[in-house]
Amino acid sequence: MTDAPTRAGAPVASPLDPERVSADFPILASGPNTGRRLAYLDSAATAMKPRQVIDSLRTTYESAYANVHRGVYAHAAAATEHFEAAREAVRDLVNARSPREVIFTRGTTEAINLVAYSWGRSNLGPGDIVVTTELEHHSNLVPWQQTCLATGADLRFIPVDDDGVLDVSALDALAEGGRLRMVAVVHVSNSLGTHVSLDVIVPWARSHDALVLVDGAQSVPHRTVDVQALGIDFLAFSGHKLMGPTGAGALWGREELLAEMPPWQFGGEMIRRVGYDVTTFNDLPWKFEAGTPAIAEVTAMGAAIRYLQELGIDAVHQHEIEMTHYAHERLLDVPGLRVLGPALGVERGGVLSFLIEGTHPHDIATMLDTHDVNVRAGHHCTQPLMKRLGVNATARASVYAYTTREDIDRLIDGLAEVRTVFGLT
Amino acid sequence: MDDLYREYILEHYRNPQNYGTLEHPTFEAEGQNPMCGDELHVQVEIDDDNVIAAVRFTGQGCAISQASMSILSDEIIGKSLDDVAKLSREDIVELLGIELTPVRLKCALLGLVVVKMGMHDHAGTAAPAGWEGVDEISWGRT
Repeated sequence: MTDAPTRAGAPVASPLDPERVSADFPILASGPNTGRRLAYLDSAATAMKPRQVIDSLRTTYESAYANVHRGVYAHAAAATEHFEAAREAVRDLVNARSPREVIFTRGTTEAINLVAYSWGRSNLGPGDIVVTTELEHHSNLVPWQQTCLATGADLRFIPVDDDGVLDVSALDALAEGGRLRMVAVVHVSNSLGTHVSLDVIVPWARSHDALVLVDGAQSVPHRTVDVQALGIDFLAFSGHKLMGPTGAGALWGREELLAEMPPWQFGGEMIRRVGYDVTTFNDLPWKFEAGTPAIAEVTAMGAAIRYLQELGIDAVHQHEIEMTHYAHERLLDVPGLRVLGPALGVERGGVLSFLIEGTHPHDIATMLDTHDVNVRAGHHCTQPLMKRLGVNATARASVYAYTTREDIDRLIDGLAEVRTVFGLT
Repeated sequence: MDDLYREYILEHYRNPQNYGTLEHPTFEAEGQNPMCGDELHVQVEIDDDNVIAAVRFTGQGCAISQASMSILSDEIIGKSLDDVAKLSREDIVELLGIELTPVRLKCALLGLVVVKMGMHDHAGTAAPAGWEGVDEISWGRT
């Protein structure tokens, strides 16, 4: 497997039936404002949950709940078994070599903070370079910015062009004058949908003996991400964006790196033997899991992964390519509308940010909401990128396995009404 | 939609009242709502009796924030600073005459926050605490 663009141009019909998928999502059946189906186009912020995930949460609390690890009674054993089964589900999802490489976190943000704190503060110093991109979500920017401020390392950015595509010709200059240690990059931009080709980034980082961390928040839920095939060192992602509950996510890291990294939070679960003066820490992965974890949520994240795998991640990805292409084409037909990010036909994730001359994104989102069409408006936690592109905010539509053509048609109809109300026709 | 984007709101958005700058403002302030990226820069001129003689503003942002400032500017011209100090968020909701969700209320309140902060900065008094719904609005003298 490679991370090269999967296809270009108009996609073919996908084998996934979004109507059938939608039947698994109770919340989509009717919107709060119209009673019509909810045209939910904000999955890049968080995905809706299928019955299978909701049932998993209920089952945990109704029939297999206790604190995990160490408990001797039946519920404790069952809860532990289901919790650790979720670890195996994550291992399988990203093709990790061992479940010891899978650390549960609250989400992508905590996973990145773990690496920035544990690895960063014990490995970085003056003369070291951390490289990220101008595309980053604040969650893969601020942790590195703060770690670099604390350690004296230099934080540098791979620039983007006006389409939000990385300018990889700048790579070599970024490694000059210091020692490149870490390349922390987003896989798919949550603001623009830009797909970052790791086929270019990883060999470059390797040529400098630098590590690679990938923010997979917008890629792991939507496409096959194989950590061994990609040749990366860390992968962070959130459960709630792949149809699981909030409060559960994961960090995958290469075992030899995790083994050398110090714990970053201390307390229960992460210890082997504690004395008043000294403590021996637990093995991987529990060394990084201090305190009682999100038991039901992590277990249900496992259910979400199994649900996604039953749909078929490749089928989901194919469906999203089709929906994104359709939405992109239709948006371009709306007068005065500008789509940001990669041009039509260039590989992108299922995210479309747009502006309509003469309206503010928040007014667009508010008016669409009256028709139960949900899009996000704002800076999407990428303020530096917004500034780089010369905009304050965008409206953003994003797709997932349950997105239908009709959802997109309703978006387009709503935008026509926005233009009418604002006197733009 | 008919409730929120009434024609007079849109009219104020398209053709805001008191838009522009003053030659000799008594005080001025600016603020932004990071949620929407709304920005307002407000200038106020007061006469010898502490009555607002002129207001001008510039800014950009959503229709609610800009229309609200336009309507507010009409409202406060001719009022004393004491009267303006008494204006509450309920007064803004009443002036707009529309129902607002908590998120959009921040857009509507941006103008009043900037005016009040300018007044307090000018008078050298502390900003009023505990304004529900305005905690994320940043402001400062210009």
